[in-house]
Amino acid sequence: MKLRANTFVGGVLIALLAGTAITATFWTPFDPLRTSLRERLKPPSALHWLGTDEFGRDVLSRIMAGATTSVIVALVTVVLAVSVGVLVGGVSGYRRGWTDRIIMAFTDALLAFPGILLALGVMIVVGASRFGIVLALGLAYMPSVARVVRGTVLSIREKEYIEASRVLGNSELYTLARHVLPNAIAPVAVLATSMFGWVLLAESALSFLGLGVPPPAPTWGNMLAASRSYMENASWLGIAPGLCIALTLLGINLLGDALRDRLDPRMEQG
Amino acid sequence: MLGYLARRLLTIVPTLFLVAVAVFALVRLIPGDPVQVMLGDAADPAQADQMRQQLGLDRPIPVQFLYWLEQLASGDLGHSITNNLPVLPLILERFQVSAVIVLIAVALAACIAVPAGLIAAWRQNSVLDLAVVGSATLLLSIPSFWLGLLLLLLFGLKLKWLPVIGYVPFSENFSQAAWFMVLPIVTLVMVEVGVLTRMARAASIEVLRLEYVTHARAKGVPEWRVLARHVLPNAFAPTWTLIGLTLGHLLGGIAVIETVFTLPGLGRLLVDSIFARDYPVVQGCLLFIAVVYVVVNLIVDLCYPLFDPRVALS
Repeated sequence: MKLRANTFVGGVLIALLAGTAITATFWTPFDPLRTSLRERLKPPSALHWLGTDEFGRDVLSRIMAGATTSVIVALVTVVLAVSVGVLVGGVSGYRRGWTDRIIMAFTDALLAFPGILLALGVMIVVGASRFGIVLALGLAYMPSVARVVRGTVLSIREKEYIEASRVLGNSELYTLARHVLPNAIAPVAVLATSMFGWVLLAESALSFLGLGVPPPAPTWGNMLAASRSYMENASWLGIAPGLCIALTLLGINLLGDALRDRLDPRMEQG
Repeated sequence: MLGYLARRLLTIVPTLFLVAVAVFALVRLIPGDPVQVMLGDAADPAQADQMRQQLGLDRPIPVQFLYWLEQLASGDLGHSITNNLPVLPLILERFQVSAVIVLIAVALAACIAVPAGLIAAWRQNSVLDLAVVGSATLLLSIPSFWLGLLLLLLFGLKLKWLPVIGYVPFSENFSQAAWFMVLPIVTLVMVEVGVLTRMARAASIEVLRLEYVTHARAKGVPEWRVLARHVLPNAFAPTWTLIGLTLGHLLGGIAVIETVFTLPGLGRLLVDSIFARDYPVVQGCLLFIAVVYVVVNLIVDLCYPLFDPRVALS
């Protein structure tokens, strides 16, 4: 019962996010970039449901457009981190020996940086942009996928059906792609769900620091950063974007828990 | 124990070497001439040449790297470009601010999370458990920088109980310094309590299922003693590992909290240096945090047998 309620709430929150992100690609109440000096810092009203910001831009429209940006950045990053991670971890666990040792030395070095710090480092090189964030966060989160996949592959490759595939004369690559990797998917699915949340949070944090998606493009993180200067008189500016991040993360956490319980009851994360 | 320590130290050497390579490569990878980038477009060519020489950028890359490693080995991280101060003392000074906040916050969070997780596990699926898990998941989902802003808005601006921004070193005025630290620490505690409580609960549930717990109860050991003597010590070990990871993650992510509360910590130094294109400081900060992270995790591993004597360090 408890599980179902959790899954339901999580599902509704994520469906809302997806719906908003998709809607905002073709419709927002106002142009999220249109400034109007006469309507600066207006509190929420019937016209502007969430008020206007320091340039007179409609906050609701910006929140909606920000959802699109965040979802696209997070999705592309997760896809990148997972595909590279599965490939690297799969090869590492399947080949073992020196390939494994060298690859793992590199992933260990990457894991020696706390995720967001590594992303900061990459952002310095590639510059603050959407592409930069995807690259930076993809690189930061790839090693954990590689580690999980490697561990699973190491145990799967000893199974008899793998031996059978080899005896049948299938190539190594075919065996890896056809028989090993599909069985490593469950833990990766759990990891990818949580990762979507981490990436979204990290992107917001980077944008909050001014190192993420550059303004005027709205993201929840840079909207929060901008709200700091007007906190005393226009507190609504800081409430909405933060609430959106929190609700999204809550949805992801609830769904992630449900998925984990379903796919692998033994796996417990903090 | 000594053999284990030696082996562990050996395994972190290649990691630290690759970290050094990565940090070194970072500045070389920045598009364009780093000197031009640091000095700006209007730089005087003579000054640029001098700086290139000073930073050793006129030599072949492998030579530069070896020279840089040699300097690192003697604790010389170079000089800041903005104010010409040596980088290492600058980092150490700012690190104190971050370290105090992070250490106090993690200690407090663990003191709240471990008992909360234990009690929730003990009464698994009760209303109490639901409340604990629910609040932990909720706290887990709130971004630290937003929580910080909300607390600042409520206690600083509306109620005016606590100072909004500013910082006083502990060495100058202890009580005033503590006053400025309340909100940053409370923010971090609230964020970390969520993660740690869930971990402590999960670990306690595993232990509560074991036979020696049933055995202890069957013997008539009082329930509080079963929890304190048999469950808590065994459930603490996995939580301890997570505490180590949390310390590292907080150090990496402290920049956002320091930005919210305008504290002169290490994270803020890093971000400011990125904006100022002060690459020696950026390199120093990245390297320093990575080393601290690796060392903290090593210490956490070494402490493991204290909480779980079954783990032999071999």
